[in-house]
Amino acid sequence: MIGVLGQTVAVFRKDVLLEWRGRSRASAVIFFSAMTLLLFSFAVGPGRETLSKHAAGYLWLALLLSSVLSLGESFRVETEDEALEGMRLLPVDPRALFFGKAFSNFGLLLGLGVLLVPGCLVLYSAEIEGSMGLLLATLALGTGGLAAPGTLYAAMTARARGRDVLLPLLLFPLVVPVLLASVKATSLAMTGDPMNQGLSWLGVLVCFDVVYWTLPAILFGRVIED
Amino acid sequence: MSAVAPAVSASALGRAFRGRWALADVHIELAPGRSLLLAGPNGAGKTTLLRLLATALRPTTGKLAIHGLDARRDPVAARRRLALLSHRGHLYSELSAFENLSTAAAISGRDADLMGLLDRVGLHARAHDAVRTFSAGMRKRLAFARLLLQEPEVVLLDEPFGQLDPAGFALVDRLIGELQDEGRTLVLSTHLVERGAGLLRSGMVLVDGRVVWVGPASETPAAMAELA
Repeated sequence: MIGVLGQTVAVFRKDVLLEWRGRSRASAVIFFSAMTLLLFSFAVGPGRETLSKHAAGYLWLALLLSSVLSLGESFRVETEDEALEGMRLLPVDPRALFFGKAFSNFGLLLGLGVLLVPGCLVLYSAEIEGSMGLLLATLALGTGGLAAPGTLYAAMTARARGRDVLLPLLLFPLVVPVLLASVKATSLAMTGDPMNQGLSWLGVLVCFDVVYWTLPAILFGRVIED
Repeated sequence: MSAVAPAVSASALGRAFRGRWALADVHIELAPGRSLLLAGPNGAGKTTLLRLLATALRPTTGKLAIHGLDARRDPVAARRRLALLSHRGHLYSELSAFENLSTAAAISGRDADLMGLLDRVGLHARAHDAVRTFSAGMRKRLAFARLLLQEPEVVLLDEPFGQLDPAGFALVDRLIGELQDEGRTLVLSTHLVERGAGLLRSGMVLVDGRVVWVGPASETPAAMAELA
Protein backbone atom coordinates (compact mmCIF):
# COMPACT_ATOMS: atom_id res chain seq x y z
CA MET A 1 0.00 0.00 0.00
CA ILE A 2 1.20 3.50 -0.77
CA GLY A 3 -0.03 6.72 0.80
CA VAL A 4 -1.31 9.90 -0.80
CA LEU A 5 2.14 11.49 -0.50
CA GLY A 6 3.87 8.59 -2.29
CA GLN A 7 1.23 8.66 -5.03
CA THR A 8 1.59 12.43 -5.37
CA VAL A 9 5.35 12.04 -5.83
CA ALA A 10 4.79 9.33 -8.46
CA VAL A 11 2.33 11.50 -10.42
CA PHE A 12 4.63 14.54 -10.11
CA ARG A 13 7.61 12.50 -11.31
CA LYS A 14 5.62 11.28 -14.32
CA ASP A 15 4.60 14.86 -15.17
CA VAL A 16 8.16 16.16 -14.89
CA LEU A 17 9.28 13.34 -17.19
CA LEU A 18 6.52 14.22 -19.68
CA GLU A 19 7.50 17.89 -19.55
CA TRP A 20 11.13 16.97 -20.19
CA ARG A 21 10.21 14.70 -23.12
CA GLY A 22 7.95 17.38 -24.58
CA ARG A 23 10.30 20.26 -23.82
CA SER A 24 9.53 21.83 -27.18
CA ARG A 25 6.10 22.60 -25.70
CA ALA A 26 7.70 24.32 -22.70
CA SER A 27 9.96 26.26 -25.07
CA ALA A 28 6.91 27.42 -27.00
CA VAL A 29 5.31 28.69 -23.77
CA ILE A 30 8.51 30.55 -22.81
CA PHE A 31 8.72 32.10 -26.28
CA PHE A 32 5.04 33.08 -26.13
CA SER A 33 5.45 34.80 -22.76
CA ALA A 34 8.58 36.65 -23.93
CA MET A 35 6.68 37.80 -27.03
CA THR A 36 3.81 38.99 -24.83
CA LEU A 37 6.20 41.11 -22.76
CA LEU A 38 7.68 42.55 -25.93
CA LEU A 39 4.27 43.33 -27.41
CA PHE A 40 3.19 45.16 -24.25
CA SER A 41 6.26 47.36 -24.55
CA PHE A 42 5.42 48.11 -28.20
CA ALA A 43 1.76 48.78 -27.39
CA VAL A 44 2.52 51.22 -24.58
CA GLY A 45 5.26 52.99 -26.49
CA PRO A 46 8.76 54.10 -25.62
CA GLY A 47 7.80 56.12 -22.49
CA ARG A 48 10.33 54.75 -20.01
CA GLU A 49 8.48 56.00 -16.96
CA THR A 50 5.11 54.52 -17.97
CA LEU A 51 6.71 51.18 -18.82
CA SER A 52 8.62 50.84 -15.56
CA LYS A 53 5.61 52.00 -13.55
CA HIS A 54 3.43 49.21 -14.97
CA ALA A 55 6.14 46.54 -15.31
CA ALA A 56 4.63 44.37 -12.55
CA GLY A 57 1.24 44.36 -14.28
CA TYR A 58 2.72 43.37 -17.62
CA LEU A 59 4.76 40.61 -15.98
CA TRP A 60 1.69 39.06 -14.36
CA LEU A 61 -0.47 39.44 -17.47
CA ALA A 62 2.22 37.62 -19.47
CA LEU A 63 2.29 34.90 -16.82
CA LEU A 64 -1.50 34.61 -16.77
CA LEU A 65 -1.78 34.33 -20.56
CA SER A 66 1.06 31.81 -20.70
CA SER A 67 -0.50 29.76 -17.89
CA VAL A 68 -3.52 29.06 -20.10
CA LEU A 69 -1.22 27.55 -22.72
CA SER A 70 0.83 25.46 -20.32
CA LEU A 71 -2.20 24.25 -18.32
CA GLY A 72 -4.04 23.25 -21.49
CA GLU A 73 -0.97 21.40 -22.77
CA SER A 74 -0.50 19.54 -19.49
CA PHE A 75 -3.93 17.95 -19.95
CA ARG A 76 -3.64 17.41 -23.69
CA VAL A 77 -1.11 14.64 -23.05
CA GLU A 78 -3.52 13.17 -20.50
CA THR A 79 -6.42 12.93 -22.92
CA GLU A 80 -4.41 11.79 -25.96
CA ASP A 81 -4.78 8.07 -25.24
CA GLU A 82 -7.13 8.53 -22.28
CA ALA A 83 -4.05 8.21 -20.09
CA LEU A 84 -5.73 10.12 -17.27
CA GLU A 85 -8.52 7.55 -17.24
CA GLY A 86 -5.83 4.88 -16.95
CA MET A 87 -4.40 6.69 -13.93
CA ARG A 88 -7.85 7.11 -12.41
CA LEU A 89 -8.57 3.40 -12.73
CA LEU A 90 -5.50 2.54 -10.69
CA PRO A 91 -6.14 2.39 -6.95
CA VAL A 92 -5.09 6.01 -6.57
CA ASP A 93 -6.43 8.73 -4.31
CA PRO A 94 -7.80 11.50 -6.61
CA ARG A 95 -6.09 14.08 -4.35
CA ALA A 96 -2.73 12.58 -5.32
CA LEU A 97 -3.61 13.00 -9.01
CA PHE A 98 -4.51 16.63 -8.34
CA PHE A 99 -1.50 17.50 -6.20
CA GLY A 100 0.93 15.72 -8.53
CA LYS A 101 -0.33 17.64 -11.55
CA ALA A 102 -0.80 20.93 -9.72
CA PHE A 103 2.76 20.86 -8.31
CA SER A 104 4.13 20.13 -11.75
CA ASN A 105 2.14 23.04 -13.26
CA PHE A 106 3.23 25.23 -10.36
CA GLY A 107 6.90 24.36 -10.97
CA LEU A 108 6.57 25.25 -14.64
CA LEU A 109 4.85 28.58 -13.96
CA LEU A 110 7.29 29.51 -11.19
CA GLY A 111 10.23 28.72 -13.47
CA LEU A 112 8.60 30.82 -16.19
CA GLY A 113 8.11 33.70 -13.73
CA VAL A 114 11.76 33.57 -12.68
CA LEU A 115 12.80 33.61 -16.35
CA LEU A 116 10.52 36.53 -17.20
CA VAL A 117 11.71 38.86 -14.42
CA PRO A 118 15.09 39.73 -16.02
CA GLY A 119 13.34 40.24 -19.39
CA CYS A 120 10.84 42.49 -17.68
CA LEU A 121 13.60 44.56 -16.04
CA VAL A 122 15.43 45.02 -19.34
CA LEU A 123 12.41 45.70 -21.56
CA TYR A 124 10.63 48.06 -19.18
CA SER A 125 13.70 49.70 -17.63
CA ALA A 126 12.46 48.56 -14.23
CA GLU A 127 14.64 47.92 -11.19
CA ILE A 128 14.30 45.95 -8.00
CA GLU A 129 14.53 48.80 -5.50
CA GLY A 130 12.59 46.89 -2.84
CA SER A 131 13.22 43.38 -1.57
CA MET A 132 14.28 40.46 -3.79
CA GLY A 133 12.80 38.17 -1.12
CA LEU A 134 9.41 39.85 -1.51
CA LEU A 135 9.62 39.43 -5.29
CA LEU A 136 10.46 35.71 -5.07
CA ALA A 137 7.80 35.05 -2.43
CA THR A 138 5.23 36.86 -4.59
CA LEU A 139 6.24 34.83 -7.62
CA ALA A 140 5.89 31.59 -5.64
CA LEU A 141 2.55 32.46 -4.04
CA GLY A 142 1.13 34.10 -7.16
CA THR A 143 1.98 31.27 -9.52
CA GLY A 144 0.69 28.85 -6.86
CA GLY A 145 -2.60 30.75 -6.94
CA LEU A 146 -2.78 30.31 -10.72
CA ALA A 147 -1.59 26.70 -10.90
CA ALA A 148 -4.04 25.05 -8.49
CA PRO A 149 -7.39 26.37 -9.81
CA GLY A 150 -5.89 26.21 -13.31
CA THR A 151 -5.23 22.50 -12.89
CA LEU A 152 -8.83 21.90 -11.80
CA TYR A 153 -10.30 23.90 -14.67
CA ALA A 154 -7.90 22.39 -17.22
CA ALA A 155 -9.08 18.93 -16.08
CA MET A 156 -12.72 20.06 -16.35
CA THR A 157 -12.33 21.42 -19.86
CA ALA A 158 -9.82 18.85 -21.17
CA ARG A 159 -12.46 16.85 -23.03
CA ALA A 160 -14.76 19.74 -23.90
CA ARG A 161 -15.12 20.80 -27.51
CA GLY A 162 -14.18 24.45 -26.98
CA ARG A 163 -11.58 23.80 -24.31
CA ASP A 164 -9.16 26.47 -25.54
CA VAL A 165 -11.84 29.12 -25.05
CA LEU A 166 -13.45 27.62 -21.97
CA LEU A 167 -10.31 27.43 -19.85
CA PRO A 168 -9.55 31.19 -19.80
CA LEU A 169 -13.26 32.00 -19.51
CA LEU A 170 -13.47 29.96 -16.32
CA LEU A 171 -10.02 30.70 -14.93
CA PHE A 172 -9.58 34.44 -15.43
CA PRO A 173 -12.50 35.67 -13.28
CA LEU A 174 -11.48 33.32 -10.47
CA VAL A 175 -7.86 34.44 -10.30
CA VAL A 176 -8.53 38.21 -10.37
CA PRO A 177 -7.80 38.56 -6.61
CA VAL A 178 -4.53 36.61 -7.00
CA LEU A 179 -3.58 38.75 -9.99
CA LEU A 180 -4.30 42.00 -8.11
CA ALA A 181 -2.37 40.97 -4.99
CA SER A 182 0.55 39.65 -7.07
CA VAL A 183 0.78 42.85 -9.12
CA LYS A 184 0.68 45.01 -5.99
CA ALA A 185 3.32 42.97 -4.15
CA THR A 186 5.58 42.76 -7.23
CA SER A 187 5.23 46.47 -7.78
CA LEU A 188 6.31 47.11 -4.18
CA ALA A 189 9.29 44.78 -4.65
CA MET A 190 10.29 46.69 -7.79
CA THR A 191 9.66 50.27 -6.73
CA GLY A 192 10.42 49.96 -3.02
CA ASP A 193 8.23 49.31 -0.01
CA PRO A 194 8.81 52.08 2.55
CA MET A 195 5.58 51.39 4.44
CA ASN A 196 6.03 47.61 4.58
CA GLN A 197 2.83 46.86 2.70
CA GLY A 198 4.37 43.92 0.88
CA LEU A 199 3.76 41.51 3.73
CA SER A 200 0.05 42.35 3.79
CA TRP A 201 -0.25 41.51 0.12
CA LEU A 202 1.67 38.27 0.71
CA GLY A 203 -0.85 37.51 3.47
CA VAL A 204 -3.69 37.97 0.99
CA LEU A 205 -1.93 35.60 -1.43
CA VAL A 206 -1.41 32.99 1.31
CA CYS A 207 -5.15 33.10 2.13
CA PHE A 208 -6.13 32.63 -1.52
CA ASP A 209 -3.54 29.87 -1.97
CA VAL A 210 -4.92 27.95 1.00
CA VAL A 211 -8.43 28.09 -0.48
CA TYR A 212 -7.27 27.47 -4.06
CA TRP A 213 -5.19 24.41 -3.12
CA THR A 214 -7.77 22.92 -0.74
CA LEU A 215 -11.05 23.17 -2.67
CA PRO A 216 -9.78 21.80 -5.99
CA ALA A 217 -8.14 18.89 -4.16
CA ILE A 218 -11.56 17.99 -2.77
CA LEU A 219 -13.38 18.54 -6.07
CA PHE A 220 -10.84 16.96 -8.42
CA GLY A 221 -12.12 13.39 -7.98
CA ARG A 222 -15.63 14.49 -9.01
CA VAL A 223 -14.34 16.46 -11.96
CA ILE A 224 -12.41 13.61 -13.54
CA GLU A 225 -15.11 10.98 -12.99
CA ASP A 226 -17.29 10.28 -16.03
CA MET B 1 -18.89 -21.70 6.82
CA SER B 2 -18.96 -18.11 5.52
CA ALA B 3 -20.29 -17.56 1.99
CA VAL B 4 -17.75 -16.25 -0.54
CA ALA B 5 -18.85 -12.97 -2.10
CA PRO B 6 -19.25 -13.04 -5.89
CA ALA B 7 -16.30 -11.59 -7.78
CA VAL B 8 -18.70 -9.46 -9.80
CA SER B 9 -22.23 -8.73 -8.75
CA ALA B 10 -24.26 -6.30 -10.82
CA SER B 11 -27.98 -5.79 -10.52
CA ALA B 12 -30.24 -3.63 -12.68
CA LEU B 13 -27.12 -1.89 -13.98
CA GLY B 14 -27.83 0.83 -16.51
CA ARG B 15 -26.27 3.90 -18.01
CA ALA B 16 -27.85 6.72 -19.97
CA PHE B 17 -25.96 9.32 -21.99
CA ARG B 18 -27.93 12.55 -22.35
CA GLY B 19 -31.21 10.76 -21.88
CA ARG B 20 -30.42 7.87 -24.25
CA TRP B 21 -29.98 4.50 -22.60
CA ALA B 22 -26.75 2.84 -23.75
CA LEU B 23 -27.29 -0.01 -21.32
CA ALA B 24 -30.26 -0.99 -19.20
CA ASP B 25 -31.21 -3.57 -16.61
CA VAL B 26 -28.12 -5.77 -16.71
CA HIS B 27 -27.74 -8.46 -14.08
CA ILE B 28 -24.46 -10.32 -13.67
CA GLU B 29 -23.28 -12.61 -10.91
CA LEU B 30 -19.87 -14.18 -11.40
CA ALA B 31 -18.24 -16.39 -8.81
CA PRO B 32 -14.48 -16.00 -8.33
CA GLY B 33 -12.55 -17.75 -11.09
CA ARG B 34 -15.46 -17.79 -13.55
CA SER B 35 -15.37 -16.17 -16.96
CA LEU B 36 -17.92 -14.39 -19.13
CA LEU B 37 -17.89 -13.65 -22.85
CA LEU B 38 -19.76 -10.52 -23.95
CA ALA B 39 -20.95 -10.56 -27.54
CA GLY B 40 -23.18 -8.35 -29.63
CA PRO B 41 -23.18 -6.04 -32.62
CA ASN B 42 -21.57 -2.59 -32.64
CA GLY B 43 -23.35 -0.23 -30.27
CA ALA B 44 -24.84 -3.10 -28.26
CA GLY B 45 -23.39 -1.73 -25.01
CA LYS B 46 -20.46 -4.13 -24.47
CA THR B 47 -17.87 -1.40 -23.91
CA THR B 48 -20.28 0.59 -21.73
CA LEU B 49 -20.87 -2.51 -19.59
CA LEU B 50 -17.14 -3.17 -19.23
CA ARG B 51 -16.51 0.48 -18.35
CA LEU B 52 -19.25 0.34 -15.73
CA LEU B 53 -17.76 -2.83 -14.23
CA ALA B 54 -14.32 -1.16 -14.25
CA THR B 55 -15.76 1.90 -12.42
CA ALA B 56 -14.64 4.06 -15.34
CA LEU B 57 -18.28 5.12 -15.69
CA ARG B 58 -20.80 5.77 -12.96
CA PRO B 59 -24.01 3.81 -13.44
CA THR B 60 -27.23 5.74 -13.86
CA THR B 61 -29.15 2.90 -12.23
CA GLY B 62 -28.37 -0.29 -10.37
CA LYS B 63 -25.78 -1.67 -8.01
CA LEU B 64 -22.29 -3.01 -8.54
CA ALA B 65 -20.11 -4.92 -6.11
CA ILE B 66 -16.61 -6.26 -6.73
CA HIS B 67 -15.76 -9.05 -4.29
CA GLY B 68 -18.44 -7.67 -1.98
CA LEU B 69 -17.15 -4.07 -2.14
CA ASP B 70 -19.69 -1.46 -3.16
CA ALA B 71 -17.99 -0.07 -6.27
CA ARG B 72 -20.20 3.00 -6.32
CA ARG B 73 -19.46 4.01 -2.74
CA ASP B 74 -15.78 3.10 -2.69
CA PRO B 75 -14.42 2.89 -6.24
CA VAL B 76 -10.78 3.11 -5.08
CA ALA B 77 -11.17 -0.06 -3.00
CA ALA B 78 -12.82 -1.83 -5.94
CA ARG B 79 -10.03 -0.71 -8.26
CA ARG B 80 -7.51 -2.52 -6.07
CA ARG B 81 -9.13 -5.77 -7.19
CA LEU B 82 -9.88 -5.17 -10.85
CA ALA B 83 -8.21 -3.96 -14.01
CA LEU B 84 -9.49 -3.01 -17.45
CA LEU B 85 -7.79 -3.54 -20.79
CA SER B 86 -9.40 -0.76 -22.77
CA HIS B 87 -9.14 -0.20 -26.50
CA ARG B 88 -8.17 3.37 -25.53
CA GLY B 89 -4.74 2.17 -24.38
CA HIS B 90 -4.30 4.38 -21.30
CA LEU B 91 -0.66 4.95 -22.26
CA TYR B 92 1.61 8.00 -22.36
CA SER B 93 3.08 8.04 -25.84
CA GLU B 94 5.99 10.33 -24.87
CA LEU B 95 7.17 7.84 -22.23
CA SER B 96 8.90 4.54 -22.90
CA ALA B 97 7.21 1.19 -22.32
CA PHE B 98 9.25 0.74 -19.15
CA GLU B 99 8.39 4.23 -17.87
CA ASN B 100 4.68 3.64 -18.50
CA LEU B 101 4.84 0.51 -16.39
CA SER B 102 7.06 2.02 -13.68
CA THR B 103 4.66 4.97 -13.32
CA ALA B 104 1.68 2.65 -12.92
CA ALA B 105 3.67 0.50 -10.49
CA ALA B 106 4.75 3.49 -8.39
CA ILE B 107 1.21 4.86 -8.20
CA SER B 108 -0.26 1.46 -7.32
CA GLY B 109 2.52 0.81 -4.81
CA ARG B 110 3.55 -2.41 -6.55
CA ASP B 111 7.08 -3.75 -6.62
CA ALA B 112 6.95 -5.81 -9.80
CA ASP B 113 9.54 -7.24 -12.19
CA LEU B 114 8.80 -4.82 -15.01
CA MET B 115 11.29 -6.26 -17.49
CA GLY B 116 9.82 -9.69 -16.77
CA LEU B 117 6.36 -8.35 -17.58
CA LEU B 118 7.57 -6.79 -20.83
CA ASP B 119 9.21 -10.09 -21.69
CA ARG B 120 5.91 -11.86 -21.05
CA VAL B 121 4.20 -9.74 -23.72
CA GLY B 122 7.13 -9.84 -26.14
CA LEU B 123 8.28 -6.22 -25.69
CA HIS B 124 11.51 -6.80 -23.79
CA ALA B 125 13.67 -5.53 -26.67
CA ARG B 126 11.64 -2.31 -27.00
CA ALA B 127 11.44 -1.57 -23.26
CA HIS B 128 13.18 1.80 -23.47
CA ASP B 129 11.65 3.03 -26.72
CA ALA B 130 9.00 5.74 -26.66
CA VAL B 131 5.48 4.37 -27.01
CA ARG B 132 4.80 6.82 -29.85
CA THR B 133 7.11 4.68 -32.02
CA PHE B 134 5.01 1.54 -31.34
CA SER B 135 2.52 -0.01 -33.71
CA ALA B 136 -1.10 -0.41 -32.59
CA GLY B 137 -0.47 -4.08 -31.84
CA MET B 138 2.56 -3.30 -29.70
CA ARG B 139 0.56 -0.71 -27.78
CA LYS B 140 -2.05 -3.40 -27.11
CA ARG B 141 0.67 -5.74 -25.79
CA LEU B 142 1.96 -2.98 -23.52
CA ALA B 143 -1.55 -2.26 -22.28
CA PHE B 144 -1.81 -5.97 -21.45
CA ALA B 145 1.47 -5.78 -19.49
CA ARG B 146 0.07 -2.81 -17.57
CA LEU B 147 -3.00 -4.89 -16.71
CA LEU B 148 -0.87 -7.86 -15.58
CA LEU B 149 1.18 -5.51 -13.38
CA GLN B 150 -1.90 -4.82 -11.28
CA GLU B 151 -2.43 -8.54 -10.54
CA PRO B 152 -6.21 -8.03 -10.63
CA GLU B 153 -8.64 -10.58 -9.27
CA VAL B 154 -11.21 -9.38 -11.80
CA VAL B 155 -9.87 -8.95 -15.33
CA LEU B 156 -11.94 -6.90 -17.79
CA LEU B 157 -10.86 -7.17 -21.42
CA ASP B 158 -12.37 -4.95 -24.10
CA GLU B 159 -11.53 -6.29 -27.58
CA PRO B 160 -8.22 -7.83 -26.48
CA PHE B 161 -7.60 -9.24 -29.99
CA GLY B 162 -8.07 -5.92 -31.77
CA GLN B 163 -5.10 -4.72 -33.86
CA LEU B 164 -3.06 -7.85 -33.15
CA ASP B 165 -1.23 -10.07 -35.65
CA PRO B 166 -1.51 -13.90 -35.50
CA ALA B 167 1.39 -14.06 -33.02
CA GLY B 168 -0.45 -11.49 -30.89
CA PHE B 169 -3.62 -13.62 -31.04
CA ALA B 170 -1.66 -16.60 -29.75
CA LEU B 171 -0.10 -14.47 -27.01
CA VAL B 172 -3.48 -13.19 -25.80
CA ASP B 173 -4.92 -16.75 -25.93
CA ARG B 174 -2.02 -17.92 -23.76
CA LEU B 175 -2.33 -15.00 -21.30
CA ILE B 176 -6.08 -15.53 -20.94
CA GLY B 177 -5.43 -19.21 -20.23
CA GLU B 178 -2.81 -18.31 -17.62
CA LEU B 179 -5.10 -15.79 -15.95
CA GLN B 180 -7.84 -18.42 -15.69
CA ASP B 181 -5.40 -21.01 -14.34
CA GLU B 182 -4.45 -18.50 -11.65
CA GLY B 183 -8.11 -18.40 -10.60
CA ARG B 184 -8.86 -14.88 -11.79
CA THR B 185 -12.33 -13.82 -12.91
CA LEU B 186 -12.59 -12.71 -16.52
CA VAL B 187 -15.10 -10.65 -18.47
CA LEU B 188 -14.18 -10.32 -22.12
CA SER B 189 -15.87 -8.50 -24.96
CA THR B 190 -14.99 -9.33 -28.56
CA HIS B 191 -16.36 -9.47 -32.06
CA LEU B 192 -14.30 -12.64 -32.57
CA VAL B 193 -17.02 -14.67 -30.87
CA GLU B 194 -15.74 -18.09 -31.98
CA ARG B 195 -12.32 -17.38 -30.51
CA GLY B 196 -13.77 -16.01 -27.27
CA ALA B 197 -16.16 -18.97 -26.98
CA GLY B 198 -13.19 -21.34 -27.09
CA LEU B 199 -11.55 -19.60 -24.17
CA LEU B 200 -14.33 -18.78 -21.70
CA ARG B 201 -17.13 -20.56 -19.83
CA SER B 202 -20.25 -18.39 -19.94
CA GLY B 203 -21.66 -16.15 -22.61
CA MET B 204 -23.96 -13.14 -22.78
CA VAL B 205 -25.33 -11.42 -25.87
CA LEU B 206 -26.30 -7.77 -25.79
CA VAL B 207 -28.41 -5.95 -28.37
CA ASP B 208 -29.32 -2.27 -28.13
CA GLY B 209 -28.12 -2.07 -24.55
CA ARG B 210 -30.14 -5.03 -23.30
CA VAL B 211 -29.23 -8.60 -22.47
CA VAL B 212 -31.00 -10.84 -24.99
CA TRP B 213 -29.29 -14.16 -24.34
CA VAL B 214 -27.32 -15.86 -21.56
CA GLY B 215 -25.82 -19.34 -21.73
CA PRO B 216 -22.63 -21.35 -22.07
CA ALA B 217 -19.86 -19.56 -23.98
CA SER B 218 -19.65 -22.45 -26.45
CA GLU B 219 -23.25 -21.72 -27.59
CA THR B 220 -22.72 -17.98 -27.97
CA PRO B 221 -21.75 -18.09 -31.70
CA ALA B 222 -24.97 -19.97 -32.48
CA ALA B 223 -27.00 -17.53 -30.41
CA MET B 224 -25.40 -14.62 -32.25
CA ALA B 225 -26.15 -16.27 -35.63
CA GLU B 226 -29.77 -16.75 -34.63
CA LEU B 227 -30.13 -13.11 -33.66
CA ALA B 228 -28.54 -11.83 -36.87
